[in-house]
Amino acid sequence: MTSALTTHDGQPLHKSLARALRREKLRSLLLIAPLLAFVLVTFVFPIADMLFRSVENSIVPDTLPGTTRTIQSWDATGDELPSEEVYTSLADDLLLAQELKIHTRLGSRLNYDQPGIASTFRKSGRQVRKLDASAHLDSFSEFNKEWGTPSAWADIKTHALWPTAFPASSIAFNNWTRYIISDEGDDADLSSMTPYGTVYSALFYDVQKFNDDQWSQLTASSSAVSHLFTGLKDQLPNFPSANYKEQFLDIDDGWGEIDNWRTIHRLSPRMVDSYYWASIDRERTVEGVEHKPANERIYVKLFIRTFVMSMVITVSCILLGYPIAYLLATLPTRTSNLLLILVLLPFWTSLLVRTSAWKVLLQQQGVINDILVWARIIGDDGRLALINNITGTIITMTHILLPFMILPLFSVMKTISPSYVRAAKSMGATDWTAFRRVYFPNTIPGIGAGSILVFILSIGYYITPELVGGTSGVFISNRIAYHISSSLNWGLAAALGSILLASVLILYWAYDKVVGIDNVKLG
Amino acid sequence: MSTTNGAAVRFEKVQKSYDGKNLVVKDLNLDIAPGEFLTMLGPSGSGKTTCLMMLAGFEPATHGEIFLNDQPINNVPPYKRGIGMVFQNYALFPHMTVAENLAFPLQIRKLPKSERDAKVQKALDMVELGQFGNRRPIQLSGGQQQRVAVARALVFDPDLVLMDEPLGALDKQLREQMQYEIKHIHENLGITVVYVTHDQSEALTMSDRVAVFEDGVIQQLSGPDALYENPKNSFVAQFIGENNKLSGTVKSLEDGRCRVELNDGTELSADPVNVANVGDKTTLSLRPERIEFEPVESTENVVNGTIKEVIYHGDHLRVVMEVAGNDEFIVKVRNRGDQRILEPGQMHSLGWAANDCKALDFVQ
Repeated sequence: MTSALTTHDGQPLHKSLARALRREKLRSLLLIAPLLAFVLVTFVFPIADMLFRSVENSIVPDTLPGTTRTIQSWDATGDELPSEEVYTSLADDLLLAQELKIHTRLGSRLNYDQPGIASTFRKSGRQVRKLDASAHLDSFSEFNKEWGTPSAWADIKTHALWPTAFPASSIAFNNWTRYIISDEGDDADLSSMTPYGTVYSALFYDVQKFNDDQWSQLTASSSAVSHLFTGLKDQLPNFPSANYKEQFLDIDDGWGEIDNWRTIHRLSPRMVDSYYWASIDRERTVEGVEHKPANERIYVKLFIRTFVMSMVITVSCILLGYPIAYLLATLPTRTSNLLLILVLLPFWTSLLVRTSAWKVLLQQQGVINDILVWARIIGDDGRLALINNITGTIITMTHILLPFMILPLFSVMKTISPSYVRAAKSMGATDWTAFRRVYFPNTIPGIGAGSILVFILSIGYYITPELVGGTSGVFISNRIAYHISSSLNWGLAAALGSILLASVLILYWAYDKVVGIDNVKLG
Repeated sequence: MSTTNGAAVRFEKVQKSYDGKNLVVKDLNLDIAPGEFLTMLGPSGSGKTTCLMMLAGFEPATHGEIFLNDQPINNVPPYKRGIGMVFQNYALFPHMTVAENLAFPLQIRKLPKSERDAKVQKALDMVELGQFGNRRPIQLSGGQQQRVAVARALVFDPDLVLMDEPLGALDKQLREQMQYEIKHIHENLGITVVYVTHDQSEALTMSDRVAVFEDGVIQQLSGPDALYENPKNSFVAQFIGENNKLSGTVKSLEDGRCRVELNDGTELSADPVNVANVGDKTTLSLRPERIEFEPVESTENVVNGTIKEVIYHGDHLRVVMEVAGNDEFIVKVRNRGDQRILEPGQMHSLGWAANDCKALDFVQ
């Protein structure tokens, strides 16, 4: 075995080489740094953030911190409504939410998965202040007056078992703190106030779950809160149970609907996959993932339409672009430059103008129909519907994307020496054979490059289908735009976008496997 | 003239114009015998490649007729002419392997696969590339690609093979080696070859006959030795090999000899090739290796010259001199090892035979 090569002064050669190259690398890095930073800030991060929204769901656990905790112990597959404890935390969460005026936002979010639930939240927001939450506050105060004073809570919070033994009441207390700060401002003197009733209700449920060890810790003589808890255990059975459930059912029937609770239960985690199921017309129910009702299924159809139409557009571009590119590549430079300008002309015209021009050409009373009627190819009553449907989208998009097919084809054809075809002919091949066996195979890299460009561009195209597609000729991107700007369901938009991105990447990968990305030539 | 005369190829009064204003080929008449190796030699733009393309069928003749084995072929498309062709940059199909490239003309002729494979292998063996059938052209060196191109032009047994500057892209050594190989293949197969080049040494080494093209006209059509020894005009003399030019006026003309008075008054005897009358202006052409230093008394032409520069070339020395007002006069001296010391500034007498000095048409 030979030892590693070294330089004259004994340094390992690879280290020496790395040092020599480091300066170069640093320099190139510095040169691309501005662009890299620009792309990161304006492109990569926003896209990553947008994609993250497709699973992000913090609004539910953030707005309902207590409810999302307590509902975990509820059996979502059963027929029973959640227990009183869950309604208690809901009351507490909603108190804060309506104070912060975020309950309607949560309602809209939940409404994506459970239509109708938004109004339940809206209604409850107005009513939740009127809830009678005094039951447990009174019981605790009657048991020991100290419970009704601010110092009681100050003492509990110093105890070692806070907040672990007080999961519900610590959340409720925290909610109350935020409520007061929101209500009275940052300078509110919290140490002089006692929490409202729902905090005591939460405490009631925490206390019931204490084990013997926790009881003995809290009532130990060394404990600062022993006076609050000594003897409490024996009194608990005399405390009334909460009656929030009944009150909520009075406010809105929605709180009695088990599906609403299942939705809250399902959407409790910070990350959920519900947007993705919605993107493929499915939803999660207690029985597992199911198809949505037939009249609500739109996305799978839209995805398929987007892919099929993109392929049709790509094929049309190949058929129309190939002869033009061939002409460009074979005509004398003067003529071909003129033609090239004609090909590039659309690039210098606004996309909107071009699309609008097609509207003029293609509409029922438009130029093309007029000509066909004039030429008696169609009757006046048989004017063709060429716009506001799939046909319109295909015609217009083919025209708009044609240069992206012609240019790579042209640059590849330009490199194909005319002597190839001549050689084929000299060996006896007819024009057609020479084209099929020699010229065409050599243009495949151009077709590949053009097809990838056109296909990927058209799959995400938005403006043109929006303007000329009507309802039957729109793409998935139009739906994404709708969710971004109109319905504001960004999560669903992000999920749809992620699926689109993933399918393009998969197609690209498949293309690489079948054709080989090395075979793609852009110029 | 349009009688059959057994020529493999005949150009009859062929003219070619691309733009309708200028003739690229002017009135070309040329017979190529079966089995002949004919080279079309000339500077770029002289019309030689156009002639080849007309013969191959890629360019139509503007006027005149081309015959292949006494059949007019002006209206025969290239794929029916059955002519093998080797292109300047080989034109090997990049998407096919070497063997597929060679099989292409055979597939088109619908040969059965077994026969096809045998022929491909035979052709590859002929150019000593038997093991390379599965490679792509791009994986071969320039010289190997060149051989494949030759093999592909020959694999379908054409009687006539056209070669369009096939060695232009190779380096000097490889080019010389390929010259001999192509020459040997030609001799072994007995095919007719029309070869286009602008490299005169290639033309001299390989050809049976050379047609020197200039300005759309064949200036001289003869064997390589005649071309070099007896150029018919100043262009050929200048284009083929190295050449010293001396300008003067014809003083007398008799018995296959002429006396020419140079511009500085020196009188020389020369072989009158392209002068008709006494008093004509003429350019004398003289090969550098035919000039003797310090010649014997009986030498017909003796002049004095001053050495300006001596360049060492290994097997010979090139001596640049000023002779009779021409300060680019070159003399080649064989390196014998015992030659006299030549140094710039020395004055020497030079001499040459009248036969080696051709009196040609006058050029500036």
